[in-house]
Amino acid sequence: MIRLEGLQVTFARGTPLETPALRGLDLTIGAGEFVTVIGSNGAGKSTLLNAVSGEVIPDAGRVLVDETDVTRWPAARRAGRVARVFQDPVAGSCAELTLEENLALAHARGRRRGLRRALGGARRDLFRERLAELGLGLEARLSERMDRLSGGQRQAVSLLMATLQPSRVLLLDEHTAALDPRTAEMVLDLTRRVVEEHRLTTLMVTHSMRQALAAGSRTLMLHEGRIALDVSGGERAGLAVPDLVALFAQARHQALDDDSLLLG
Amino acid sequence: MSLIALLGAVETGLLFGLVALGIFLSFRVLQFPDLTVDGSFPLGAAVAATLIVSGWNPWLATLAALLAGAAAGLVTAWLNVRLGILHLLASILTMIALYSVNLRIMGRPNISLLMEPTVFTPLEALPLPGYVRLPLVLLGVVLLVKWLLDRFLASERGLAMRATGMNPRMARAQGIGTGAAVLAGMALSNALVGLAGALFAQSQGSADVTMGVGVIVVGLAAVIGGEALLPPRTLFWATLGCLVGSVVYRLAVALALNADFIGLKAQDLNLITAVLVVAALLLPGMRRSTRALFSRGGEG
Ligand SMILES: Nc1ncnc2c1ncn2[C@@H]1O[C@H](COP(=O)(O)OP(=O)(O)OP(=O)(O)O)[C@@H](O)[C@H]1O
Ligand SMILES: [Mg+2]
Repeated sequence: MIRLEGLQVTFARGTPLETPALRGLDLTIGAGEFVTVIGSNGAGKSTLLNAVSGEVIPDAGRVLVDETDVTRWPAARRAGRVARVFQDPVAGSCAELTLEENLALAHARGRRRGLRRALGGARRDLFRERLAELGLGLEARLSERMDRLSGGQRQAVSLLMATLQPSRVLLLDEHTAALDPRTAEMVLDLTRRVVEEHRLTTLMVTHSMRQALAAGSRTLMLHEGRIALDVSGGERAGLAVPDLVALFAQARHQALDDDSLLLG
Repeated sequence: MSLIALLGAVETGLLFGLVALGIFLSFRVLQFPDLTVDGSFPLGAAVAATLIVSGWNPWLATLAALLAGAAAGLVTAWLNVRLGILHLLASILTMIALYSVNLRIMGRPNISLLMEPTVFTPLEALPLPGYVRLPLVLLGVVLLVKWLLDRFLASERGLAMRATGMNPRMARAQGIGTGAAVLAGMALSNALVGLAGALFAQSQGSADVTMGVGVIVVGLAAVIGGEALLPPRTLFWATLGCLVGSVVYRLAVALALNADFIGLKAQDLNLITAVLVVAALLLPGMRRSTRALFSRGGEG
């Protein structure tokens, strides 16, 4: 599970460009819960994920993963519990390394890396087996460079990399945004399968309202660094995309009104 | 050109092949443009020569030189990783500081090793003339180092180092401590350069504080030249290219200096090398990644 308490992140603090990205955010996500996150550009979605992964260290507040306080842990140390897939298919892997080398990097996530061969032993067999499960024919392309794969193939591999080692939390930041609709659907199906199979506590950021409702069991809307909407269960089941859009607009106006109240 | 001059060039080329491997590690693997080598090369020579003259076993002295080189690399990496100083500047600071350090270590600008035992002394038992013996032995040493480096870069830890250079954000997400990887890689890189300096001093019979000038450019020329001669499709070819580039560079220099009609003198070497590196960078066939790396200081 993930628990965030009073999380505050401010970029360029003390300069004219000071940007509050998260303003005291509280959130608890139960173990195995699949949460989708929406919100306009700059709402703080990526920053939220970065705070959980450790790429961003908050100014105030706490980050707990499975009841362990990881607030001060650097990203590399959290990697044993937190796996992630980036928006940019290029960002999640090393383009100049081969497919099997990338998988080997992920295979050692959260373990001590030693001097034994990264591709030694039965690893290749394991990689081939896991790639075959994707159903993309990638098991025949182990020694090809990563940049030979298409964006969708790379995102599928990124998902596989995120699950080669057991972890507790999966962070997905618009991981289908760079893909064409059909490939996006394929990657989303794969995501559901992976999350279910490994019972991962998942946070998925998306700009697609349809995706936000179709995947997972709970939807959050972020606005100006706070949670403006949090729906789950029956309430969410009854929502269609237009309802969510309406709620989205409503929450934003609500936030505007709150601000003007404060200012007034 | 005489056979002796030819083999002399090969010998120097092989020694600088170690420097090229070190530079490959910093510039290419870690994408860390590192000028420390101009200081860590004479540092290796200074440490080895000083210890040998004071009666140390030459093997131990050479090992000490290697460790001194590693320490120099660590300082540069530490300035960059922990203090956040730009990598290029961090390495220049270390290089400048090492000039003073080297003088302190040697206590004078030059130490002669002509009358001293060196790691090459036991080889005199071999029934070969000196100018054949040394290149032959160095070939073995350099190939061994290349093999060890290849093996390391194929290990879990080595792969983590490569990922750190290519995509640090991804590396961290895979649990790799990128700061530690840079520290280790820079130590290894400059250890190789320190080793080269120690062996160079022993093969030349002296150490000199000024012997580091231009080492970085010569090493770069070897790395870039090697990439042009042997396209680095895999690690094996990339490191082999460094060695081939280094030997070919020395041979080309020896030939050019030998051809009297060109009128070149030894002191023109650094200028010519710099021009050659620029030419190699501008070559149309040059791989884009290589060019971006060397022409923009490895940013991004
Ligand atoms: N590294 C950074 N330096 C300075 N400001 C930043 C940085 N990262 C994010 N910000 C700012 O913080 C705010 C929140 O950004 P964030 O990336 O979390 O938004 P987002 O919800 O992911 O938006 P998008 O939908 O566009 O991806 C924005 O105003 C952004 O400009
Ligand atoms: Mg974002």
